[in-house]
Amino acid sequence: MDKHTSQHLMPYHTLALVLGTLLILTAVTVGVSYVDLGIFNVPIALTIAATKVSLVLLFFMHLKYEGKAIVVSFLGTIFFLAIMISFTFWDVAFR
Amino acid sequence: MSATPSFFQTPSPPGLTGIKAWLLTHDHKRLGLMYLWAVLFWFVVALTVGFLIRIELMSMGRTIMSAEVYNSAFTLHGVIMIFLFVIPGIPAIFGNFFLPIQLGTDDVFFPRLNLLSWYLYMIGGLLALISLFTAGGFPDTGWTFYVPFSVGTNNNVSLTVFAAFILGMSSMLTGLNFITTVHRMRIKTMGWMQIPLFTWSLYATAWVQLLATPVISITLVLVIFERFFQIGLFDPDRGGDPILYQHLFWMYSHPAVYVMILPGMGVISEIIPTFSRKAIFGYKAIVASSLGIAVAGSLVWAHHMYTSGMSDVAVFVFSLLTFLVAIPTAVKVFSWVSTLYRASIEMTPPLLYGLIFIYLFSVGGLTGLVLGAAGTDIHVHDTHFVVAHFHFTMFGGTGFAFFAALHYWWPKMFGVMYNFKRAYLAATLATVGFMFHYVPMFILGLKGMPRRYYDYLPQFSQGNSLAAVGGLLLFSGIILMLVNLVLSLRSRQVAAANPWGGCTLEWSVPSPPPLHNFVSEPRVMAYPYDFSEIIARESQGK
Amino acid sequence: MDNSSDATGVRIGMWLFLYSEIILFGGLFVLYAVYFHNYAADFVEGGRQLDRVIGALNTIILLISSFTVAASITAVRRQQKRWAQGLLAFSCGCGALFLVNKYLEWGAKFHHDLYPNSATLVDGPPGQNIFFGLYYVITGLHALHVIIGMSLLAWSLIGVSNGKVNQLHFGRLENSGLYWHLVDLIWIFVFPLFYLVL
Repeated sequence: MDKHTSQHLMPYHTLALVLGTLLILTAVTVGVSYVDLGIFNVPIALTIAATKVSLVLLFFMHLKYEGKAIVVSFLGTIFFLAIMISFTFWDVAFR
Repeated sequence: MSATPSFFQTPSPPGLTGIKAWLLTHDHKRLGLMYLWAVLFWFVVALTVGFLIRIELMSMGRTIMSAEVYNSAFTLHGVIMIFLFVIPGIPAIFGNFFLPIQLGTDDVFFPRLNLLSWYLYMIGGLLALISLFTAGGFPDTGWTFYVPFSVGTNNNVSLTVFAAFILGMSSMLTGLNFITTVHRMRIKTMGWMQIPLFTWSLYATAWVQLLATPVISITLVLVIFERFFQIGLFDPDRGGDPILYQHLFWMYSHPAVYVMILPGMGVISEIIPTFSRKAIFGYKAIVASSLGIAVAGSLVWAHHMYTSGMSDVAVFVFSLLTFLVAIPTAVKVFSWVSTLYRASIEMTPPLLYGLIFIYLFSVGGLTGLVLGAAGTDIHVHDTHFVVAHFHFTMFGGTGFAFFAALHYWWPKMFGVMYNFKRAYLAATLATVGFMFHYVPMFILGLKGMPRRYYDYLPQFSQGNSLAAVGGLLLFSGIILMLVNLVLSLRSRQVAAANPWGGCTLEWSVPSPPPLHNFVSEPRVMAYPYDFSEIIARESQGK
Repeated sequence: MDNSSDATGVRIGMWLFLYSEIILFGGLFVLYAVYFHNYAADFVEGGRQLDRVIGALNTIILLISSFTVAASITAVRRQQKRWAQGLLAFSCGCGALFLVNKYLEWGAKFHHDLYPNSATLVDGPPGQNIFFGLYYVITGLHALHVIIGMSLLAWSLIGVSNGKVNQLHFGRLENSGLYWHLVDLIWIFVFPLFYLVL
């Protein structure tokens, strides 16, 4: 079985770079929140959040370097979550 | 065969003796048996409560209990049957015992976590028991705990709901353990398409347990919060939407019915080929349909809510999707029947239970389509038709699959064989009772008798008294079956390692298996249901 | 029977557990989505009453702590034990700071009579009640996860100190780290949904 040795080691500077990006994105999302963009407010805030989450997942949580089992099952979980939310709207949006 | 000491004689971790060897064990087989006794205890309790409900309904007006007790009784029956018997039944007992063996390995991946799951199960059961006798008494909400009643009633809802929360955690951790075991502990020579179908069904089930259970956890937590803090998240007066509670509840509880039935289907997929001495028809189709049911089953939750007041669009969409689930289910039924076709069938008690399963489950599935269709459902919603339908699937389906599994694997688990005659008699009695018990309910439902009612109009009395007679037969059949099994532990008629001529790995090891399951390196067959060797050996014997 | 040597398997188990946590919060996000759809204006109004500065500060605190936890794994694997201990202690400190902020924030809201079943919420517009109801449930549950995460990090810190967590065996630290990142992930969504709704 593959031991830890085969697993990817994240160098400090990569992690720092990711942190820098995350902090910039936080600043952007706070900044944007002061500007009224009409119907785009929510999509933009959620897109930025999704980008931040992806960065944390890929680098801090090593998802980029994981095997197929974890990646596929993670996407499956997100898919199920998306179903939970969107299918509820078959009801709520048409009531 | 007694050359290797069985797991009964070898404690794990080593050095433990007496009761400690059980209560602190890491051995998946001992845990399976500990689940067996606990689950059977709860099953008998809920069975008795169910029987009492039937006696109450036998004649009009008060028969043996008051209306309040009746409300608590059907809630108790539902909660115990669902959370303490049907959901954990097959995975926790037979899954724990046989999944590692079928995969050619010596235990599950997280043995200590497995022990924790058992304790969570016991604590959950204990809490349910405590809630019976403490402040307010057992809830009268029905097992669904629908708001606003569950938030407003004075009964002990919080504790019962918390018990269900703990039980959910136990079920989820078992699922987590099984998935990891299938991925990481499977013997190297076994590819995905060589995994026995019972293990495949448990794998699909485990994903549902893992991903759906947290939804009920949070929902139940919200009920507790509502009771303590009156947040108003489901209270229309405060802006809440009670129908959302139903969405969240069924988001778990509908997938949960597949947690209940999939392992049962897995059991049948083992039994049918073994006693047909024939490769199972459509191995890959059955695997695909297990996964298909797991996925499709997560898309249809709102078909429990056609009359709740949700939008017509939702009724239409969920009705359409519901019909999709029938397809993978039918694939399985046709595969079992095709396996039996032109096979050399050997009748045994497990096969008899298996055949009864196919019949009862098919009736349950087909009447499910009546309910899945929005038009007819409006007519029979919340009537005894629904009661009959889900008892055909959950009891006739999962229950009889559970009995089939008991009879199929009993000799392997304990190394003893039971009395066949009594087993056949019990099965016949239970099935005849089952039909007299539930078929009248279909008719009562169509005629408009609502479920969960304490009393009824005179035109329903004939059906109800018939159902009570059926209930008595059913009850005595099941008790006879259990007595027969327990008696076999005393008469100790030794069972062979492979009494049925099965060819999955558990039949290649001694009965009962040794601590590490395998005496020698397990030999994985290219195709898990290849009976040519068994048939050759049998014809030599003759 | 001991599988602790199969680090990949243990990690798969941990990820599976994280999925269940995601779905647990997912149930609450279903409620949020529906009620936001029903009461968009009230939610915007509610968001204005939350302190955006404290929210942003807490986001930054959690992001930095996530970084230090990830870095502590690198430190352990490079056998820089002192660094690893320092980074983990710092991460725990970040968690504590987050909770202090949360405490102050909740305290201020209580002071303004905004808490479950308070007169202001009961008599106010229904959307406002729902907004603050969800706010307390979600941030409260999240705070509970912060506490659990801090305990796991402290447990890893003990492991690093007594040498049980080292460059060859760091599964405990790795899995505690995964849990901590999950706490961060959830907050990344909670922050815009509650503090920045417009």
